[in-house]
Amino acid sequence: MEKIAIVGVGQTTYEKSKEDTFAEIVFEAATLALSDAGGDIGDIDNVVTVSNDFWDGRTISSMAVMDAAGSWDKDISTVEGDGIFGALYGMMRSLSGSFNTTLVVAHVKGSEGKMNLITNAMFDPIYQRGLGIDATSSAALQARCYMEASGAIEEDFALVSVKNHRNAINNPYSQLPMEITVEDVMKSKKIAEPLKLLDCSPISDGAAAIILTNESGLKRFKKDPVWIRGVGHCSDSYTLGYRDLANPRALKDAAYKAYKMAGIKDPMKELDAVELYDAYSYMEPLWYEGLGLAPEGKGPDLIKSGATNMNSDLPVNPSGGVISAHPVMVAGLARLIEAVLQIRSEADKRQVKGAKTALAHGINGPCGQAHGVFIVGI
Amino acid sequence: MSKMESENIYYEGRIKVPYKWYVGETGSRFFIALRDKKEIWGIRCPRCRKVYVPPVKNCWECFIPTKEWVRLKDTGTLESFTVVHYPNEVIPKKPPVVYGLIKIDGADGSLLHFVGDIDISELKTGMRVRAVFADERAGNILDIKHFAPIP
Repeated sequence: MEKIAIVGVGQTTYEKSKEDTFAEIVFEAATLALSDAGGDIGDIDNVVTVSNDFWDGRTISSMAVMDAAGSWDKDISTVEGDGIFGALYGMMRSLSGSFNTTLVVAHVKGSEGKMNLITNAMFDPIYQRGLGIDATSSAALQARCYMEASGAIEEDFALVSVKNHRNAINNPYSQLPMEITVEDVMKSKKIAEPLKLLDCSPISDGAAAIILTNESGLKRFKKDPVWIRGVGHCSDSYTLGYRDLANPRALKDAAYKAYKMAGIKDPMKELDAVELYDAYSYMEPLWYEGLGLAPEGKGPDLIKSGATNMNSDLPVNPSGGVISAHPVMVAGLARLIEAVLQIRSEADKRQVKGAKTALAHGINGPCGQAHGVFIVGI
Repeated sequence: MSKMESENIYYEGRIKVPYKWYVGETGSRFFIALRDKKEIWGIRCPRCRKVYVPPVKNCWECFIPTKEWVRLKDTGTLESFTVVHYPNEVIPKKPPVVYGLIKIDGADGSLLHFVGDIDISELKTGMRVRAVFADERAGNILDIKHFAPIP
């Protein structure tokens, strides 16, 4: 199979409320990615935007940012889902041969809508939406299922919040760099039990962009390529109640495919850095299990061991993760960008020394219904 | 002209579009039984024998049509729960609100609904619950008021 490289990355800072329009943050991320690649908009054959109509407060939200994404007179298509799936689609477009180079740009302004109402709308309107369930209350149900299955306690989950907010101190793009303790997490306001305020990601504004190219398009850019070594994606049941919330089998499948493609047999040993989608604290140990970093039910032991801290065996979320900045739609693409920066040794203070292989993970749908996994390397 | 004044202007709107969802033939039967008889019905896959509630038109795993209706009990087991402490416009109750995943006896998955008539400190996974029906029923999921612990 032909290889696909990531040659440019760009992201805005992630903030509670940015004084920019959708178009302005899209333009900022897209131009940053182009200058990072050492190319210009003429080098781009097609554009994939990532957006969600409810978050943008309009229909066909993608079309409203096409000028800012540099797609005037270009082929443009859209992903309505996490940015990791935008990267997946962009990769496929460059693989198809119809286009050599693809710009993928994702944006959201969480500050402009109402998270609980918007995420309520992702549930089935007939059987579930009328109950008022949303991203956080459904996540709380999953957290408890996972506690039951693994024996994890709330303090185990709090360790994720402590680690990742501390890591965010080294990431100038993150929203919530904090030095906090397990006790701080435990004492924070109850939101949807067992989840407390510091178990939950913030709602963020921001945009991110990457430039993908096949081998034919590579010469257009000055930047050294980071190669996509493996990729996998899979979905589980949509309906809460008919999915084992404590067993992320879609992630297991996605990770297995990505590892197989990348020739990875022991991810804990062979990966140098992982950026995963910790929208809520408990997700990190649960996704460890899905990613094969810990055996079933043993995710809590891995976070407790400290092996996923910075300067340890396998740093997870050196950037601070999604719990420290959660631009919905963008966050998975931001994970991929962070993975690329690690491979380039351009991650500054959050750099994992000598990182050669990194994993990026994104999710879509309630409680991680769908998962996308990328392995990148030199 | 002197220096241009700068101020951030916001435009406040609200998206409110009425919408009428057809619940389908299967969903209609389910809701009619709830509304008129206070009965919970599921549907069984002819191949894997899995019972879905709410009922579905095709088995998700076997990908074949489901036809066999099964009357279920109004009792079940609480598989998971959360106590929500924030209010919002789409939750038809005041906080604290308890959501549960209830595995109805005879079904293979769980139903998302409210848990009520309970002291929050007594909530436990594995506890037995029974459906409490709303006095006035309109043919929707809120015809079940909530699930309450079986003493």
